[in-house]
Amino acid sequence: MNDIREKALPKQEQALLDKFLADHRLFLGPDPEIMRNHSIGPRTALEEAILSQPQDAHQLNHVRGLVTAALDESFTMCNQMGAAPGAKWGDLVTAVFTASGDLSMIAPHGIVGFASVCHYPIKFIQKYWVDDPTVGVKEGDGFIHNDARYGGIHNTDQSMIMPLYYQGELVCWVSATIHEGENGACEPGGMPAAAESKFDEGLKMPPFKVVENWQIKRDLLTFLQNSVRDPKLQLEDMKVKLHGVMRLRDRLLAVLREYGRDALVAMLRKNLEDVEAEVRRRIRELPDGVARVQCFMDSTLRENAMQKLQMAVIVKGEEMICDFRGSSPQFMNRSVNTNIASFKAALVTGFLQNVWPDLPHSMAALSPIKIVSDRNSILDADGDMPQAMSLMPLFKACTIPTVPMNKLNYSLPHRYTATIAPQYDQAATFIYGGLTQHGDVTGNFCADINGCGQGARADADGEHAISPVFGFMADSGEHEINEEDTPIIRLGAQRLAKDRVGFGKFRGGLGYEQIATMRGSGMWGFMTGCEGSKFSSAQGLFGGYSSPAYQLCKVKGINVFDTLREDPTRVEKFDMLYLMNERPIPGGKYTSQDMGMTFELCNEGELYMICQGTGGGYGDVLERDPQMVLKDVAEDLISHETARDIYKVVFDPSTLLVDQAATDALRAAERRLRVARGKPFDAFVAQWVTPEPPAHLPYFGSWDDPKVIYATSAGQRIKMDADQLQGVFMPNPKDLRIAQLESLVESLQAELDQCRAKAGGG
Amino acid sequence: MNVLITEYLRINLDTEMWECRRCGQVLIGARENYKRGLLVYDRDPREIHKPLLDTRRYDRTFSPDPAWCRILEYYCPKCGTMMEVEYVPPGHPPLRDLELDIDALKLQWKDRKEVAEAPLGEYHPPQRGHQHSHGH
Repeated sequence: MNDIREKALPKQEQALLDKFLADHRLFLGPDPEIMRNHSIGPRTALEEAILSQPQDAHQLNHVRGLVTAALDESFTMCNQMGAAPGAKWGDLVTAVFTASGDLSMIAPHGIVGFASVCHYPIKFIQKYWVDDPTVGVKEGDGFIHNDARYGGIHNTDQSMIMPLYYQGELVCWVSATIHEGENGACEPGGMPAAAESKFDEGLKMPPFKVVENWQIKRDLLTFLQNSVRDPKLQLEDMKVKLHGVMRLRDRLLAVLREYGRDALVAMLRKNLEDVEAEVRRRIRELPDGVARVQCFMDSTLRENAMQKLQMAVIVKGEEMICDFRGSSPQFMNRSVNTNIASFKAALVTGFLQNVWPDLPHSMAALSPIKIVSDRNSILDADGDMPQAMSLMPLFKACTIPTVPMNKLNYSLPHRYTATIAPQYDQAATFIYGGLTQHGDVTGNFCADINGCGQGARADADGEHAISPVFGFMADSGEHEINEEDTPIIRLGAQRLAKDRVGFGKFRGGLGYEQIATMRGSGMWGFMTGCEGSKFSSAQGLFGGYSSPAYQLCKVKGINVFDTLREDPTRVEKFDMLYLMNERPIPGGKYTSQDMGMTFELCNEGELYMICQGTGGGYGDVLERDPQMVLKDVAEDLISHETARDIYKVVFDPSTLLVDQAATDALRAAERRLRVARGKPFDAFVAQWVTPEPPAHLPYFGSWDDPKVIYATSAGQRIKMDADQLQGVFMPNPKDLRIAQLESLVESLQAELDQCRAKAGGG
Repeated sequence: MNVLITEYLRINLDTEMWECRRCGQVLIGARENYKRGLLVYDRDPREIHKPLLDTRRYDRTFSPDPAWCRILEYYCPKCGTMMEVEYVPPGHPPLRDLELDIDALKLQWKDRKEVAEAPLGEYHPPQRGHQHSHGH
């Protein structure tokens, strides 16, 4: 038997068998050979021939400048003409790829994460469609794509990809990607936390040809429009992206005509190789060793569940490994999983935002770094897992590398950027859907996702509400435009969230409160998709504290417009703490709950309130300049109590003048108290560490040994080997609640029966 | 020669010891987990991130849930500087966040000049709130 199995087929028969199998594949799913490789490919024969000759660096720089201008122009077109809120506020990019499909350049304001996943669909097109007689690739073709399983951050982002031919030869690829929002999922807005399988996620487009001869094919367009809630948006932004890439193509053709094919090919390839070589050099100058970070995500957005995500950065010589083993297993029926390709795109974003932001933005920055993960973990999920809310682990990938990389970078005699604590890392924005005041059906999200507080730096406080974790240039939007388009009324906006601060020698930038209601719609609703209501989200650095927890607060059963009509002075201010603590609107049901909320209807005048969050603090709070503490008090960022209790500053509450001597004495006393109350590490560990996660905690991930993974599946605590992970199945929270209530009814009924029996007996 | 490793920690390459950058306290051998040379305190997160909503009315008040989240504060045993902070679930083993190859570090610094103060980069923003000059 063994003999037969090991015997190779004759060459001709093997070729026949291979062809037969290739011709009869039943389904061209995501290709692991493409999807698991994030490194740049080898030089093509043409690139080798060109780059083996001396290059004119001055000319290459000129070509690079022209391509940058072309990318900027096409980006601006999409930005100005795009209908999606994401297009208006900067969640978009245009990009140029080599002929092999490696991402070489993005538009200067663009989102690198969006582009650094587009090389996957391009490589898929090359592998499967170029030679397929039913598809083929030729000039004038355009391919649409959104499914993250074939490359993409998440399925709300849609791309238009186009090959660029010059004198009959494929020279490069161009793309435009916009966060479109609505995509026909089980909840409006494109990021359904309620998705329990991939079939709840709406449109799942592998790359397919939707443009021929520069025209969008109307039949396919109609199919797509028919699959989403906002057909006008689908049409408009497909056209916008098409014309964006066509303009980019025109500009590149002009470069080709002026400087020739070889100059463009050389520039695109050298961009990649130069960045890769520079990253290797930067790794080489780091100290050899391991730096680790771990974070805990406390919600699946359906229920609270403690998921560990851990990262070890291992450096030896010019080799760097990012090891994520020991993290939470995937969820079979929750949307917070991501595939590894999307995770890597978020990781390169994190490196390019916070570690080496001076490098050109392309996938080459991650190319020399090895990534290790457990298959079927939350960050390396199987393709069948839902991943509509993959932002949860992806945002961590954007922020947590900052911690171990700062610990490795700190010793260097020079800096590539500021030493900075992690940014607030939640998608703290309202996702909405329903009927607009104009009678249109819509679903999308508010641009407040772009207002995360910055982490504190080694030399300054973090900036308030500065940007999303995935880009520098995205803006938190104009509420007036949103109010024109949707029935959302912002009763409170951009009020910095007082006392919700990542404290430290330097503090994190604050987030702001968002208080929203609806007016003038027959049906409207909101959802929110954030973790961090039980466990802090953004970490501090070098002794700085993390962000606090954040809540979703609601006032239901009221109509604030009626209240204000009857008595305009009734609500003193639209401030979350005041509204929730003073309850000025009579008759309302006031609740504070998890920031993960699946879609629910909002009646006219009911209040939904969330916060953007603060970045982590930097350094010991006792080292904060008392004048800076008092400035925060004066600016109403912190209370007098916080200044006294956290920062240990003594001051006159009426004049806000610092008593320096008393402050020094108080701080010295606090340091002595620390020494008195702290325990030696070994003694502390002996008393503190438990052999397993506490029984009361629904815990997912490793505890002390990264090879052993804990989980709670279908209500039972289980243990798994990290290299044999299975998906975890979560019970429906409503079923659990019904069971709780039934049990309560049963016990109350028993009490009632007893009372009746007693009463009857008496 | 000292190598600066964090805001508060350095390694003395000659003695191969971790030291506090604020007070010079020798903490523990550089090949050890530096946390073993520090004091630890298990902090209730509600003491730092205080409840901002009325605790009689609401369970969720902007404070982390102490049954889910604890803050481990690490102090220098001599000067009491808070060198690190770690947020973990109750009973979770503290993370060994740094494990450097000391022999490689010595080789690497053989040809480098000692750095006394960590560089901040070419630009750093002015510290707001403390803008008068001390240059008189």
